[in-house]
Amino acid sequence: MSPTRILFRRELASYFATPVAYVFIVIFLLLSGAFTFYMGGFYERGQADLLPFFGFNPWLYLFLIPAVAMRLWAEERKSGSIELLLTLPVTMGQAVAGKFLAAWAFVGIALALTFPIWITVNYLGDPDNGVIVASYLGSLLMAGAFLAVGSCLSAMTRNQVVAFILTVVACFLLLLAGFPMVLDFFRGLGLPQGVIDAISGLSFLTHFNAISKGVLDLRDLFYFGLMIGFWLYATTIVIDLKKAD
Amino acid sequence: MIETRNLRKRYGDFVAVDGISFKVEPGQVLGFLGPNGAGKSTTMKMLAGFLTPSEGSASICGHDVVESALAAKRLVGYLPEGAPSYGEMSVLGFLQFIADIRGLAGESRRRQLDDAIGRLSLQGVAQQSIDTLSKGFKRRVGLAQAILHDPKVLILDEPTDGLDPNQKHEVRALIQAMAKDKTIIVSTHILEEVHAVCNRAIIIARGQVLADDTPAGLEARSRFHQAVSLSADNAHAVRDVLVRIGDVAAVEIDAQDQRVTAFPRAGKAIFGAVVEALKSNGIQVREIALEQGRLDEVFRQITTATKEAA
Repeated sequence: MSPTRILFRRELASYFATPVAYVFIVIFLLLSGAFTFYMGGFYERGQADLLPFFGFNPWLYLFLIPAVAMRLWAEERKSGSIELLLTLPVTMGQAVAGKFLAAWAFVGIALALTFPIWITVNYLGDPDNGVIVASYLGSLLMAGAFLAVGSCLSAMTRNQVVAFILTVVACFLLLLAGFPMVLDFFRGLGLPQGVIDAISGLSFLTHFNAISKGVLDLRDLFYFGLMIGFWLYATTIVIDLKKAD
Repeated sequence: MIETRNLRKRYGDFVAVDGISFKVEPGQVLGFLGPNGAGKSTTMKMLAGFLTPSEGSASICGHDVVESALAAKRLVGYLPEGAPSYGEMSVLGFLQFIADIRGLAGESRRRQLDDAIGRLSLQGVAQQSIDTLSKGFKRRVGLAQAILHDPKVLILDEPTDGLDPNQKHEVRALIQAMAKDKTIIVSTHILEEVHAVCNRAIIIARGQVLADDTPAGLEARSRFHQAVSLSADNAHAVRDVLVRIGDVAAVEIDAQDQRVTAFPRAGKAIFGAVVEALKSNGIQVREIALEQGRLDEVFRQITTATKEAA
């Protein structure tokens, strides 16, 4: 078994060894349901699709995913187990990947447990299941990107609360990068249009919405892949720099 | 085998480890002594591959800790300071995780797990989560983790810290039992431990090696080495007799317990002369002892001398 897989298994099991996993899953499912049915007008719309569900998904992630990501490295540093982990015969890349994949799989499990809503919409009408599958995939990719950001910021501090707040702020900016509010701010700085376009292209929402429409553009998949890769690589650098203190 | 050459670690302007060079062979148990903040832990962290040296190099059985980090880490069993582990795991689950990541499988995995659990008497708590264990047990879990893969090199940062006297004795016996074919470095600030387990001791302070000797060799540096101490009814009369002996450099009376200590001139043995002088003067002593030297005194002398010089 590869070291990454061994670390993955240990990490994933550790989520379920504490109440963290159950609290997270229950809250995630409750809020998903509440948003979809009350604020999203699931019934009132009279349409057989999951747009109300996936529409609120990013905003739910904004607060719940940093709560999963904050412990990734901050806890290892606080308890000192990072010293044990990094003196075992594993590379930094394997350690970062193993922990990230476990967190991702855990969020994936929570996301998969929303399946009753899929069954409901199929029972009530005749939705385009292709679009729904694409939306789930997009949602999972976005969750991965959130987690990768959180992994990096969690490595910067030994305080989980600090890690949580930093991650929420960073994710909020990335989520809204395509919105006028953020773009106007950068325009106000007098940045050239090319840079503004680049910032707008960084938005999680733009790419997520594109995938949720059922259009699996390679560029959107590539974007999330690149995002995850970049932040995980940044995590390895941050750990290397900060592990001494 | 462990070898370091001019090992240095800097944090900004602060030099935590300042050019340490030494070589430890299999069969040696090296005691790493020094005041808090002397650079003991930093040095061990570099040897274990956790921190990267700023300058110089270190190698484990010929594998450089930076260039071939994985090969070096495979040969090392490391107990970090405070024996951290994953608290939510059971003792057995944690050790199985370590066994997997150390690449143990099949029969040898089972045998090594049984062996480590047995050696540290963890059978009774194997299913308990580590968080619920006492400090002593946590330390033993950390030690079990370090020796699990029967490593060639053991690096133990304060292995007996927080243990009760019985547990300390067990851990020392364990280290001695493993010492035969392994290279072991133990850091401690309990000086009696050096006697109990080490056959070599390095004293470091301010990131530098100040002494590198056998425990007996260090003791010989003490002014108490070969001194004679005794207790008698009339301490002052005894002193007057002892100062007249040619090889006695000084005689002191302890203010608290009136114990008389006669210090020899460098390299001289005075025990026979002292006994002779007492007998010929008809002085009765309650008890008399030949001192081996006091490590704590040598330690203080060596580590504070540089502070004044600096």
